Amino acid sequence: MTLVYPVQSLAAHPPRLSPGYKSTVKRSPSKPLIPMRHTLSELTGPVYGHETVRENDHDLTVQGKGEPLGERIIVHGHVLDEDGRGVPNTLVELWQANACGRYVHVVDQHPAPLDPNFTGAGRAQSDAEGYYRFITIKPGAYPWGNHHNAWRPAHIHFSVFGHSFVSRLVTQMYFPGDPLFPFDPIFNSVTDEKARNRMVSAFDLENTKPDWALCYRFNIVLRGRNATPTETK
Amino acid sequence: MQQEKPDGVTPSQTVGPYFAYGLTSNGKYDWNDAFGNNLVTSDTSGDRIRVEGTVFDGDGAPVVDCMLEIWQADAQGRFSDPQDKRALTNSTFKGFGRVGTDAKGGYAFDTIKPGQVADPDGKPQAPHIVLAVFARGMLLHLYSRIYFDGEAANAADPVLALVPADRRATLIATRQPGGGNAVYRFDIHLQGDKETVFFDV
Repeated sequence: MTLVYPVQSLAAHPPRLSPGYKSTVKRSPSKPLIPMRHTLSELTGPVYGHETVRENDHDLTVQGKGEPLGERIIVHGHVLDEDGRGVPNTLVELWQANACGRYVHVVDQHPAPLDPNFTGAGRAQSDAEGYYRFITIKPGAYPWGNHHNAWRPAHIHFSVFGHSFVSRLVTQMYFPGDPLFPFDPIFNSVTDEKARNRMVSAFDLENTKPDWALCYRFNIVLRGRNATPTETK
Repeated sequence: MQQEKPDGVTPSQTVGPYFAYGLTSNGKYDWNDAFGNNLVTSDTSGDRIRVEGTVFDGDGAPVVDCMLEIWQADAQGRFSDPQDKRALTNSTFKGFGRVGTDAKGGYAFDTIKPGQVADPDGKPQAPHIVLAVFARGMLLHLYSRIYFDGEAANAADPVLALVPADRRATLIATRQPGGGNAVYRFDIHLQGDKETVFFDV
């Protein structure tokens, strides 16, 4: 079955059942998924214009009364498809822990301080070529209950729409050289090393702003129409 | 800037337990609420419906930190996307909704009953809503479809026909008794005997 968006691209994703990440055990389907052709319902997707994103939604350091604490960073990159074509005017949503590794969420009881000037939520729209840019605070690592002494590497959650409902992607951006990588079952649920490394941002000296903020580049690659994946598994 | 061809897609990761304030309109950040669980706009035509249900895990326990997204055509079967070349919608109906489950694993969408959309061969599909399910413990979201009971077109729907007969009911929202706008129940079982059919798309 030839699909408009080839399913071979999906091989890069983690298996839904990844027992090292315990919560997958009861939340992954036990029956095979049913293949089907993409119809217009799958090939179209929501379109949100500039009215969705306000002027400062991409800057998480100006949402409070004062500046949030922590290391100010620029996170930018290219939303593109597998063939290298930029994905223009698409909504990019981001959420993250604060510099201390604490989320603004009632369920997060990690005994680290909340920052009254940091919500950790932002939105941007990719430009006409597919580029996006956020200003935020480098998130801290934090503990979680998966296993003894489990810590998540510092990460920023990203949600991207793309051209169709089947190009939808939710992922996490990591920081280069994190010592927690070998121990994190969520990061390592992606079994292919090259694929895993696509979730790691690159330090970007060229776009680091002198006397102001370090910059990280994170390109986000979505499924492409009639893409010809070079990766085989 | 010349972009080199990437060596594959960016892998998916779980939405985690803390998406609510970033992705849903009841979050802590004062979004301008571009989308939520009410898709109906003042100029939307069609039959107003509510689709509601509960999300369950493999133990039958409610999933209280699940995020659902729906995508659908308007009542005339048109998508609010310029890639739908047939005819543009005549309303501000966007066709996209998102909601987080509540403390009991429940959710609801207020929308309109979608019209019929043709499959790639031009054969009409029965009215349906495309569903994406995200949650902590789900490394990659799942796709399903919500169909409607009492719909004659279900019998000839080319996608339902791919589903083993004994599992088709998991895709069909059941009309609830009562007057007013129609309410349909669509529970989602992530795993197990009652497992909802998910599609490999």
